[in-house]
Amino acid sequence: MKISVQINEGPYQHQSSDSAYNFVKAALDKGHDIVRVFFYHDGVNNGTRLASPPQDDRNVQQRWSDLSKEHNLDLVICVAAAQRRGIVDDGEAERNGKDATNIMDGFHISGLGQLIEAAVESDRLVVFGD
Amino acid sequence: MAGEIKQFLYVNRKAPYGTVYALESLEVVLIGAAFDQDVRLLFMDDGVFQIKKDQNTEASGLKNFSPTYNALGDYDVNKIYVSKESLDERGLTQDDLMPLVYEDEDDDWAEKSSIKIVSADEIRDLMEGSDVVLSF
Amino acid sequence: MLHIVNKSPFEKDSFTSCMHHAAADSTVILIEDGVYAALKGSAVEGDLSKAKVVALSSDVAARGIEGNIADGVDLVDYAGFVDLVTDGNGVQSWV
Repeated sequence: MKISVQINEGPYQHQSSDSAYNFVKAALDKGHDIVRVFFYHDGVNNGTRLASPPQDDRNVQQRWSDLSKEHNLDLVICVAAAQRRGIVDDGEAERNGKDATNIMDGFHISGLGQLIEAAVESDRLVVFGD
Repeated sequence: MAGEIKQFLYVNRKAPYGTVYALESLEVVLIGAAFDQDVRLLFMDDGVFQIKKDQNTEASGLKNFSPTYNALGDYDVNKIYVSKESLDERGLTQDDLMPLVYEDEDDDWAEKSSIKIVSADEIRDLMEGSDVVLSF
Repeated sequence: MLHIVNKSPFEKDSFTSCMHHAAADSTVILIEDGVYAALKGSAVEGDLSKAKVVALSSDVAARGIEGNIADGVDLVDYAGFVDLVTDGNGVQSWV
C-alpha cells in the first residue's frame, strides 16, 4: 500500500519524529511503499545536519538521513516553515542571501504542494504531531 | 493523480496565536485549494477560536492572520463546518464568528454563508466520509 | 476508520473528543502520552468501551504502565500499528 507521513514536531522536544521513524521502518519492513515523508511546522528541524546530540542518545536527524539512503526515501521539508525556522539549502541560501546552509543529506526543501500531492497519490496519510 | 478527486477534511482543533498550528494549517488549505480536490474545513474544540471575530493583534505584535479566512470563499473553499458542542462549551454562538461567505456561481453569484454548524453525529459522518484527514 | 491519539487525557481533551466523535466500529490506537488513557481505574476508563481501543506496546513499556492497563485494551507493536493503518478505510490523528 502507498503510505505518506507528515511530521509536525522537531526532534527531542517531542516524540512525534521517533514515532514516525519507527512507523516508517515497520511499514517498509512489511513491504509498503513510503511515497513521501513531509516535515512541517517545527518538524523541519529534523532536517538540520548541525545538531550534536549526546553519544548515549539516538541521533534523530542522522537516523532519518540513513533510512533515506537505505530505502531511497523522499524526505521533504516545507519551504515556508523552513524559511521561518532557518533550515537552509544551497538554493535557499542564494535566494535569501544567507551565509551558510544546514540541511542534512537526504532531505530536500520544497513547497506545501508536495504534501497535498502526497495525500492525493497515497492510500494513507499518517500525521504525527503535537 | 490526473482526474482523481479525493475528499479532504482539515480538522482544526487548536486555538490561534498560542501556537503556530492554526496559521500554518491555513497556509496548507490555501495551497491545497489549487489541487482541485473536494475540500472541507472543520473547526472543533479550541479550533473554533480560530474564526472568532474581532481578533486584534496590534498590541501583541503578532501577525493577525484572521482576515485570510475571509478569502477562503475566493479559493472555492466554502464548506466550513463548526462544532455546535464546542461553541456551546465555550459560551459562543455563530454570531461570535467571522461571517465567512462565498459567491455561489450556480445562483447568480449570490453571497452565501460558508459556515455550517454541526452536531457530533454530523462530525462523525464528515470524518468517516473523508479520504484524507489533515489534522493540525 | 483508525483514530490515533497521542495526548494524555489528563492534560488535553484529544482522547475525550476522539471517543465522543469516533464511530462505534472504529479503532483507536493510543501512542506516546496517549497510552495513559488506557490506565485501569482512571477517570476516563469508561470511555474505553466506546470503540475498540489498543495501545502501542513500546510506549506503554517506556512509561512503566504495562501492569496498569485496563481489561479489553490490547497491546500492539509498530507492525500491528501499520496493519491497523492499512486495514481500515482511513486514518485520523487527534494531534
